[in-house]
Amino acid sequence: MTFDMIVQHFFNALMLGSLYGLIAIGYTMVYGILRLINFAHGDIFMISTYFVFIAIAGMRLPWIPAVALSIAATALFGVMVDRIAYQPLRNAPRISALISAIGVSFFIENLCLVIFTGVPKPMPRFEPLVRVMSLGGARILPLAVFVPAISFILVGALLWMLYRTKPGLAMRAISRDIETTRLMGVKVDRIIALTFAIGSALAAAAGIMWALRYPQIHPFMGVFPGLKAFIAAVLGGIGSVQGAMIGGLLLGFMEIMLVALFPSLSGYRDAFAFILLILILFYRPTGLMGEKLEDKI
Amino acid sequence: MKSSTKLLLDAASVALLALFLWWAQGHLDGYKVQVLNLVAVNAILAISLNLIYGFTGMFSLAHAGFMAIGAYVTAILILPAAQKEMMYILEPMLWPFSVMHAPFFVAVVAGGLAAAFVGLLMALPCLRLGGDYLGIATLGFGEIIRVVFTNMTPVTNGALGLKGIPAYANLGWNYFWCVLTIYVIAKLLSSNFGNTLRAVRDDEVAAKAMGINTFRAKTISFVVGAFFAGVGGSLMGSLITTIDPKMFNFQLTFNILMFVVVGGLGSITGSLVGTLVITVLLEWLRFVEDTIKIGSWEIAGMPGMRMLIFSLLLLFIILYRREGIIGGYEFSWESAARFAKRITRKGARANG
Repeated sequence: MTFDMIVQHFFNALMLGSLYGLIAIGYTMVYGILRLINFAHGDIFMISTYFVFIAIAGMRLPWIPAVALSIAATALFGVMVDRIAYQPLRNAPRISALISAIGVSFFIENLCLVIFTGVPKPMPRFEPLVRVMSLGGARILPLAVFVPAISFILVGALLWMLYRTKPGLAMRAISRDIETTRLMGVKVDRIIALTFAIGSALAAAAGIMWALRYPQIHPFMGVFPGLKAFIAAVLGGIGSVQGAMIGGLLLGFMEIMLVALFPSLSGYRDAFAFILLILILFYRPTGLMGEKLEDKI
Repeated sequence: MKSSTKLLLDAASVALLALFLWWAQGHLDGYKVQVLNLVAVNAILAISLNLIYGFTGMFSLAHAGFMAIGAYVTAILILPAAQKEMMYILEPMLWPFSVMHAPFFVAVVAGGLAAAFVGLLMALPCLRLGGDYLGIATLGFGEIIRVVFTNMTPVTNGALGLKGIPAYANLGWNYFWCVLTIYVIAKLLSSNFGNTLRAVRDDEVAAKAMGINTFRAKTISFVVGAFFAGVGGSLMGSLITTIDPKMFNFQLTFNILMFVVVGGLGSITGSLVGTLVITVLLEWLRFVEDTIKIGSWEIAGMPGMRMLIFSLLLLFIILYRREGIIGGYEFSWESAARFAKRITRKGARANG
């Protein structure tokens, strides 16, 4: 493999990995607080691309306001999902909330199928980011630099929020013990809504960048990225924001390198994430950055 | 109630079921018969998952993988050799598989055993994990099985799948296996081993402290569940006569999980009711995707509408009846007798 190829694969992996990481944060935050695998998260990721599509193709907005509108709408959407489908089940057995999440996932997918049909829609192009750049002999999209940069800025902002602000403190407290935190006078439901808003906004950012990279949007496009990102969250140690990013990057690099180095194994691409996950779970049952589990006696 | 009376009642209800199926075969149209078939096969799948999850507390999401194994093993065993030769166009079929043949019953048992064997292999590493981590690892194994089947072209015909599988799985076979599944799992649960499983579910640490070999109990439950999941997959393959790896994705596992949770976790009766309600609902809702005519109006069918309404109904059930339709209730002749007595007494009072 030439050096140029390595550079090209490196940037592709960095881009894919940081997108996985951004989506994974939504899973990890919700799971950390509610112990709920939010299976609808991949569909929230998907719906953000339709919001952009509507804003640009339907409302004729320029790119920047369209993106801002989409992120805001997706955040609101995530909060609504929590209100309607998860909040009434807070004290129910956890499996009920999981089935509810699966129901929401079916609902969002099929709502988009009914409204937009199953025919993929073309994502509007944003020229400055998708014009191919030559770096030596490697051909790289500006997007491949832009996506990791934005991702790291967003994660940095999130970490600052978590460790330096009051709502961040409340979030960390809730993930330790929700009842005690409630007794301390924290408005738990509001903090949970904030968590959903942040997770969905990050998924929207990832969704828009994903659609710039793979410019076709359809109602089931969130399923596989969602699943992979969930694996990334578990790999990194669910509940940990840094872990989600590390897991995402690890997964992105492994996936791109597997296909680049062993093209004959590319058929196993979708299973590979799971193989990696199972290996890591056996070695570290709670993921790379996960907390230690203790037997409660 | 005397055990001989119960045996008599059991026999009578099985005979009644057989009579109904015999009648249905002759008098109902093909579509309704197909729905009845689906109910039986789905019930097998739901009860086997309920054994693993509802009764033993292991959150397992590998059911689609077990089904795939059962379906493929059975299909390969019952497809005629000439048909296999014609179908494997990408790569010719590997030798021992290309000439293998077995009668349907043997093929279904083989499908179940193959799934059970893979279940055993999975149990050894997986069952160390607890809670959601077990769910994720088993989900992963299910997906790995699917991807391996996609790529094992000389054996499975790859992504093209298998077509024209002999349709042996009729009402008789499906309900035979369904009743057998209910019988075996109910017997297992009413034995002392059933109590062991419930103890593991309710508090694994305490069960271990009581001297129960929890790992052995979990493994047995997992392997038995995998066996019947494989059987369900076998029947499903022969029922719809076409299988391909894509069919066995994780959405299929979620469907089965839905039967179990909507019916009521930890109740065989619940699994049966959940399966019946959801299977019939899913089929019945197909009308919304056809063109509907009201007077001179015509509403064009919209793809996706069926699952949209279905997901809303599912959310409704789970939000307003979180313990499932049946809850933890289990049908027994005693409770039925008590119920009948109460009804007749009320009737007598109303008359008198």
